[in-house]
Amino acid sequence: MRLEPRPYQPWLLLFLLPVSALAFSVITCSALVMLSGASPYQVLGLMVKGAMGTQFAFLETLTRATPLIFTGLAAAVAFRAKLWNIGGEAQLYIGAVMTVVLGTGLLPLPAPLLVPVLLVAAMMGGALVLALPTFLKTRFGVDEVVTTLLLNFIVILFVSMLLEGVLKDPSGLGWPQSKKVIAEAQLPKLVQGKRLHFGFVVAIAAALALWLIDRRAALGYEMRAVGYNAKAAHYAGIPVNVVLAKTALLSGGLAGLAGWSEVTGLKGNLTLDLSPGFGYTGIVVAMLALLHPLGVVASAIFVAAVFVGADAMSRTAGVPSYIAQVMVAVSLLSMVTALMFTRFRLRWS
Amino acid sequence: MANSTAGERPAVLRLQGISKTFGTLKANDGISLALAGGEILGLLGENGAGKTTLMNILFGHYVADAGSIEIGGKVLPPGEPKAALAAGIGMVHQHFTLAENLTVLDNITLGTESLLRMRSNRAAARVRINQLGNDFGLSINPDAVVSTLSVGERQRVEILKALYREARILILDEPTAVLTPQESAALFETLRRFVDKGLSIIFISHKLNEILAACHRVAILRAGRLVAERSIAGVSRNELAEIMVGRAIPQAKAEPQAVGAAVLSLRAISAGGGRVTLRGINLDVGAGEIVGIAGVSGNGQALLADVVGGVRKPFSGNMLIDGEVVKNVSARAVVARGVARIPEDRHAEGLIGDMSIVENVISESYRGRRFLRLGMIDWGKAKSFAAAIIHDYAVKCPGPDARVRLLSGGNMQKLILGRVMAQTPKLVLANQPTRGLDVGAVVYVHEQLLEARRRGAGILLISEDLDELLALSDRVAVMFRGEMSVPVARDKVNIQELGLMMAGHGLADGTHVDAA
Repeated sequence: MRLEPRPYQPWLLLFLLPVSALAFSVITCSALVMLSGASPYQVLGLMVKGAMGTQFAFLETLTRATPLIFTGLAAAVAFRAKLWNIGGEAQLYIGAVMTVVLGTGLLPLPAPLLVPVLLVAAMMGGALVLALPTFLKTRFGVDEVVTTLLLNFIVILFVSMLLEGVLKDPSGLGWPQSKKVIAEAQLPKLVQGKRLHFGFVVAIAAALALWLIDRRAALGYEMRAVGYNAKAAHYAGIPVNVVLAKTALLSGGLAGLAGWSEVTGLKGNLTLDLSPGFGYTGIVVAMLALLHPLGVVASAIFVAAVFVGADAMSRTAGVPSYIAQVMVAVSLLSMVTALMFTRFRLRWS
Repeated sequence: MANSTAGERPAVLRLQGISKTFGTLKANDGISLALAGGEILGLLGENGAGKTTLMNILFGHYVADAGSIEIGGKVLPPGEPKAALAAGIGMVHQHFTLAENLTVLDNITLGTESLLRMRSNRAAARVRINQLGNDFGLSINPDAVVSTLSVGERQRVEILKALYREARILILDEPTAVLTPQESAALFETLRRFVDKGLSIIFISHKLNEILAACHRVAILRAGRLVAERSIAGVSRNELAEIMVGRAIPQAKAEPQAVGAAVLSLRAISAGGGRVTLRGINLDVGAGEIVGIAGVSGNGQALLADVVGGVRKPFSGNMLIDGEVVKNVSARAVVARGVARIPEDRHAEGLIGDMSIVENVISESYRGRRFLRLGMIDWGKAKSFAAAIIHDYAVKCPGPDARVRLLSGGNMQKLILGRVMAQTPKLVLANQPTRGLDVGAVVYVHEQLLEARRRGAGILLISEDLDELLALSDRVAVMFRGEMSVPVARDKVNIQELGLMMAGHGLADGTHVDAA
């Protein structure tokens, strides 16, 4: 048995890919659920109901998807150019830091001014975090996987220091948390009385903008060329390092927006549990979407639905909500495996 | 030298009906071939004709779908390289398989001794290597470290390695690719001594002159089939070429024409990085002139191409294109001044395999007014540009949106030609433009270069193929260890002298020594 490259990628397979990955992951998780003594039919039903069954559940899923769209886009845009940004978590937190530094009263601006100012500031913060590893990569050839990954820990400790020090809310009863952003900085809710906020609209707009850049803009073309074959891109006269720098600013900025949107749309202040690993989950979201910007929206909603659904299910059925992690992981693994089969086929000899 | 009785001697090696299919490609299709004792058999064919597959089957790397191999009357078990070695088959690869940091002795004995033996018998091995060297005229110091040897000497080590393992049938795969003409002639002399001592040789090549010079008999493969066997006596070069390609080949010919002002001038260019450094290169290429650069691979030709192509900044010296100094050397700068660049490696540098034809043809020009408005690419215009190239240059492809990876080497090269020639360039930089192409595509590329010359472009042609250089160039220069000789007009070029310069002799003074 051996693998043989296919001359072309059949479109039917590309379409069936996410479907079959999902199906395989459902089957695997059903087996796990049976092992824990529950009925897979009931558990999956509860998950779907918990994620999509009611208006409340569906809006909750979209709320959870919002930061994942940002971090998913951040990973997708970087991975396209083969810039392996594993530091979405750090960029998210610095985006949030910029938001609370400027948004808790330092800039007494009206909302129509303050919201875009904070948005840009958060993007700049996130972009700055990725600028350093990218500079080290292009100038000295330092592997960005290592630098971006390790920066996550450095940045989170740095944020912890800020929250115990200069950014600590004096009326926070000693908890390591920042002051709340002022009312003008907060994003409006999309549905009265629910948690879904304007950040979701910004996330969709960002996905559309990236799609446009990818399809039409010179920058999108350059990023793809650099990602596929940097040597040929250099030979053709495409400034590879400049393109990587632009990619880094875009990617870091998008991850920074995740921090901005969580603080101003949902939490109101910055704490160390702002992100339960949105930066890392963004990588999964991007891979599930095959790095396509619009696919990221769909895959972010899927991943969010699995997590929200599993939370609801575990309260009723008593199956641990860790099943969500398994489900997402199995989906990703089967997706990546299936992706290989669109490029290769098995031959029995 | 030709030996018409060779075919009547008992065969030492017999291939019967060898067939091998990869997917839909018939790499070998019922090939039957016999090698007589004491014979040098040429195996001639274009790239992809099936020569390498056949030899890999013989050596046990592949298993044939059908057919059998007999050596000295005994059937060779398929798919066992060890059995092939034991039966006395020795292979000398085109790319040497030597450990550079070990001595000649270590390289030759490597793998011939049992791992369990505590002490290797180096003294005996040394005696044997010297003995073999004397017998076959391959003398070499067994204690020299391979990294200090010249390419020709390394090849000797490869051959000694096979002889040390008592090879009776020697297979040489494109052995002259890295040799100067003199070294090649010496190799042929050595091969003749081998067959006098009873060895048999299969000589694989796609170069007709070498087959004629070295072999007794030639077998010609085309598209996986054995199409002809000829005795070298009484066969002509043209006949061989026609059989190999399957049709008559028109030869591109350079008509004499007036040379205009210099379109490219290099003034004391030095550049480097890595093993070779360009040192003080001076060169002028006039309008309507082809200047050929000869040299054994790895003597700075790639660096020269990088500098002229704008991919590498020189650390000193000036480059003038069309009489103007290029201040900030970059790919965009030279392309903007009208340089058409045909890169050495189509896959790594010329094209992006995973992108479409449309995306590839605009890679040098997408920034221009023609395709770009407000940062957005006009894909409609790009697509019609690609369609025009596909039509004008007869690129065989499913369509402009097809991935470039799917194209054959010849069609990739046509695509590159279309991309760079469409702008009516002032200077064409062609680095190994026909490497790995079949004869039809080679002729096409040559015609395109000559057409550009007729239109008045200057052409810098870098090639390791002397025949190609001498057929096309108005003047020829030689590169050796990063230095360049003074270019000589084609009618004054003498192959002997060119070969000497490629080996590093008589380069410093640059004077014309009449060797004849």
